[in-house]
Amino acid sequence: MIDRNDPYFWADLLDTILKGAGETSYTVGVSLLLTIVFGLAVGVLLVTTEAGGLLAKPFGSRLLGIALNRVLDVLVNMGRSIPFIILMILLIPFTRLLVGSFIGPTAAIVPLTIAGVPFFARLVEIGIREVPKGLVEAAQSLGATRWTILTKVLVAEAVPALALGLSTTVVGLIGYSAMVGAVGGGGLGDVAFRYGYQRYSPEYMFGVVILLVLLVQLFQSLGNFAARRLSHR
Amino acid sequence: MISVSRVVKSYGSGSAQVRALDDVTLTVQRGEIFGVVGQSGAGKSTLIRTINSLEQPDSGSVHVAGRDMTSLAGAELRQARHDIGMIFQHFNLLSSRTVRANVELSLEITGAGRSERRRRALEILELVGLQGKAAAYPAQLSGGQKQRVGIARALASNPKVLLSDEATSALDPETTRQILDLIRQLSKDLGLTVLLITHEMDVVKRICDSAAVMSQGRILEQGPVEKLLTTEKSLLGQALFPLGEIPETSGAVVEITFTGIPTDRPVIAQLAREHGLDVGILGAAVETIHGRQTGRTRLELPGDEGTVAAAVADLRSQGLFVEVIK
Repeated sequence: MIDRNDPYFWADLLDTILKGAGETSYTVGVSLLLTIVFGLAVGVLLVTTEAGGLLAKPFGSRLLGIALNRVLDVLVNMGRSIPFIILMILLIPFTRLLVGSFIGPTAAIVPLTIAGVPFFARLVEIGIREVPKGLVEAAQSLGATRWTILTKVLVAEAVPALALGLSTTVVGLIGYSAMVGAVGGGGLGDVAFRYGYQRYSPEYMFGVVILLVLLVQLFQSLGNFAARRLSHR
Repeated sequence: MISVSRVVKSYGSGSAQVRALDDVTLTVQRGEIFGVVGQSGAGKSTLIRTINSLEQPDSGSVHVAGRDMTSLAGAELRQARHDIGMIFQHFNLLSSRTVRANVELSLEITGAGRSERRRRALEILELVGLQGKAAAYPAQLSGGQKQRVGIARALASNPKVLLSDEATSALDPETTRQILDLIRQLSKDLGLTVLLITHEMDVVKRICDSAAVMSQGRILEQGPVEKLLTTEKSLLGQALFPLGEIPETSGAVVEITFTGIPTDRPVIAQLAREHGLDVGILGAAVETIHGRQTGRTRLELPGDEGTVAAAVADLRSQGLFVEVIK
């Protein structure tokens, strides 16, 4: 039990929580960047490799398109169906191979990214499906390349939906990051678990919870705001 | 300028197979406005999409401005498409871009520089009557304004051909007229060849030099509009002058079409006076086709065969187009 009457109690609490928040920001931040890059790619591929899609025949082969579509679909479903706590444990050997250890904020990036990518990919998929097919046809009639259509039509038109999807993803990642903390990933989850739970300090527990609630509120509001500002429909 | 030869295109397979285009041959002259009319499902959309290779025909050839479109792919096809603008029923503008940026998309694709894009976009927006709307988003515009943006985008890269896919079908009659007049004006000023598809006869009446009637994947007739109007049993003629069913009559029924003739000539009175026929008027329609009063009158001519034949011959000798219906 932590001594609440210790003159340094509140200063220590603030220090610890801020250090945890810093670690969480690092873990979530890096995972988020990776999730955006890979999730966007996977989401776009999921839509465009369908029959009649922009990449239905990559390198002229419809078979490759079908294969790509099926494989990605199965992978995304797998990623979405495995509970995160189990995914984390399953990934330990892979994480160790990749970053040399499975403990600490850097190691936590691996399971977070692998959980985040399929989640965000589905949201990207939904956003891009909403883009009317006629816009693609219009760009084709202007003589656009597939890359131009992909970037300037499909993704550009889906940006408001992507902003909303992104904020949902950030919130999910923050939640997952607390779970990683409980098994040695550092961050706010680690603080709540070790100080709040194992050492029975409600102050630490509530401090972490309040900070998490504020963070989630902040990112969701940012996402909503961005989606509103970016949409001109 | 556009030549479609023996094009066949089918969808589906086995018993569910549909021939969207069934041996279609069509020629559009340089500088003319050519309308393809037909009901939905007639194959018009598929036809217009083969012109810029959005659809590949199963067989046959499509030539546009000297290029064999069916043989092109990749960069060559994209290059060819710079010469063929297209406008759509639902405008298909990017909602995330301003009016100017929508037009600039066309120029980004052709690789124009930033300042050149801006200059050209503003220039063409003025041409379609949208100066002052450059910074607006499509959602802030009316249907007619959106189609003007569509036209500006299609013409920004200086194409030789404009394809119009039911471009006025989502617009009200007044806006339709304005857009059609704009297309006519641009076609004249820029020497554009226009191929449009529509299910509205008004479009053909107002701006088309030539037309084709399409049904179930086949072209039933085609040619200059005025020539079709004076062709026996022309479907276009019947559609442009809706005189209804032919009623039960004892006498012969003839239809007289007046084109480019002052309609105040007393044709019917003359007929009654000189041939002693008690002419009955069964129906009449007057339409402004190409800005010219054009009319068709259905008459009943009670009399023996010889009198009727003489009367018809007399009318024809006056340069009128007479069709004996029964």
